[in-house]
Amino acid sequence: MARKEKVLVANGQGFWGDSLLGPIRLCREGPLDYLTLDYLAEVTMSILQKQRLREPSRGFATDFIKMIERTAPELVKKGIKVVANAGGVNPMACKDATIAALHKQGFKGVKIAVVEGDDIYGQLDELLASGETLANMDTGAALASVRARVSSANVYLGAFPTAQALDQGAQIVITGRGTDPGLVLGPLIHEFGWKPDNYDLIAAGTIAGHIVECGAQCTGGNYVDWRAVKNMAMVGYPIVEAYPDGSFVITKHEGTGGMVTPRSILHQLVYEMGDPKNYIGPDGTADFTSIAMEQVGPDRVRITGARGGPPTPTYKVSISYSDGWKALGQLTICGPDALEKAKLCAEIVWKRLEYDGCVFAESEKLVEFVGANVCHAGIDVAGASEPSEVVLRIGVKGQDKAKIDRFGYELVPLVTSGPPGVTGFAGGRPHATEIIGFWPALMRKDKVRTKVSLFES
Amino acid sequence: MPIVSLSRIADARSGDKGEGSNVGVMARSDAAYAFLKSRLTTDAVKAHMHAINLGAVKRYESDSLRVLNFILADSLGGGGSASLKTDAQGKTHGLALLRMKLDVPADVLASTPE
Repeated sequence: MARKEKVLVANGQGFWGDSLLGPIRLCREGPLDYLTLDYLAEVTMSILQKQRLREPSRGFATDFIKMIERTAPELVKKGIKVVANAGGVNPMACKDATIAALHKQGFKGVKIAVVEGDDIYGQLDELLASGETLANMDTGAALASVRARVSSANVYLGAFPTAQALDQGAQIVITGRGTDPGLVLGPLIHEFGWKPDNYDLIAAGTIAGHIVECGAQCTGGNYVDWRAVKNMAMVGYPIVEAYPDGSFVITKHEGTGGMVTPRSILHQLVYEMGDPKNYIGPDGTADFTSIAMEQVGPDRVRITGARGGPPTPTYKVSISYSDGWKALGQLTICGPDALEKAKLCAEIVWKRLEYDGCVFAESEKLVEFVGANVCHAGIDVAGASEPSEVVLRIGVKGQDKAKIDRFGYELVPLVTSGPPGVTGFAGGRPHATEIIGFWPALMRKDKVRTKVSLFES
Repeated sequence: MPIVSLSRIADARSGDKGEGSNVGVMARSDAAYAFLKSRLTTDAVKAHMHAINLGAVKRYESDSLRVLNFILADSLGGGGSASLKTDAQGKTHGLALLRMKLDVPADVLASTPE
């Protein structure tokens, strides 16, 4: 197969809940070879696992199907390939729904690949018996302490199975849990024939993937100098223009809002960053400090010099488990004396609960006065004065669900039995919702078997 | 020396890391980076963020990117789904750090774009 000289890989979805317009506009407003989409967060896997338990045909990102329905004509006409981790805990069902969506519009013969092997929920006991401790990376605790409450367990797979799926001719690749940068790295491995020991190239693809993984966060979204961002409403989602030697240009479609500059890219490079010299991914490590950035045209930044190292022998594992209950409610309290009265309201809630034998420890309670410097607590904010109204945000958490629900009864009554000017109870009585704990762990790579299957619509 | 906010000489972005957050501070000039490398210590950040972060502060440096990356170990009220806080993902911690007041030498200010 003749190798391309350059490849355009875009990210149209930074997280589950991102704007549906991202992928639609990327397909519509300019040239594109690949559209990548990220739908999974740590808590998402657990929610999807529960959906699947209730209904075997669920457990994947349904937003992806809506996206396919909206973009199918353009995807097929322009031959844009799609790589998405929309499979969640049920990639085969996601594939079936994708085929159904394509059929509805008469598109037949579209090749769809499914990557599996990340879901180790069903093998947990076997893995523990074989000597994997799956100890918590942050606390060191053994998984045995929460084993009975585990609701999902997924390995962050690398990009090579995705590349393999593309090698087999897939136009749409559906995966479960993989790393976010891997969505971009997979197409580059496929197009340029990069090998597992091309560490600098793997690092380049990983860094490119990291820069675009949160969608518009590298093109002017969440940008400190926000006044300088033009047409934020129609912000352009990022595109990697990649070359076989590992250099790449970050850009966006012409005429879209936002900007691409070294400064806007650096904002995203540091996002959720740990040690900048040692970014660990499943396919290798990347040194963020090795890159050079140069503005080579309007909204075009060329990045060169990426260096990396060999991968570690372990995969990161994302495990979620049931970790108690919580309830949160809010009321709006107007002035005069808004803050003072809001404090009184909180005090009343705790006292009435205490009268009824429902006592919470300090670590189980939260009281915030939104509007009176909640986000930057403890920091002197210039110009702050008595607000004309505040939102009392009050909540509890713990292991006893009935006790958490009991809390919810004491909020709305303040409208008639608290200080004057209390309102904003539109949400009604807060109820206990489950807390999903996140348990990061490591496991040996040789115990994971990935599988790529090809289908046709 | 003029007292200014950190935002006068640097950008910042923050996000969640487990039960804590990271704040990447990006100096806007070489002079600002050199100044911040000596002045924006883990102790200074820990003191400024005392009511937000209850844990340790770790700092990574990148001279080539002019970045100081701070890890706030316990800043999310439990983190993830267990947090009751409004900002359970540390999205606002970057702007919180940029409010820090510093006495910045005039020559550093002169060579750093606003």
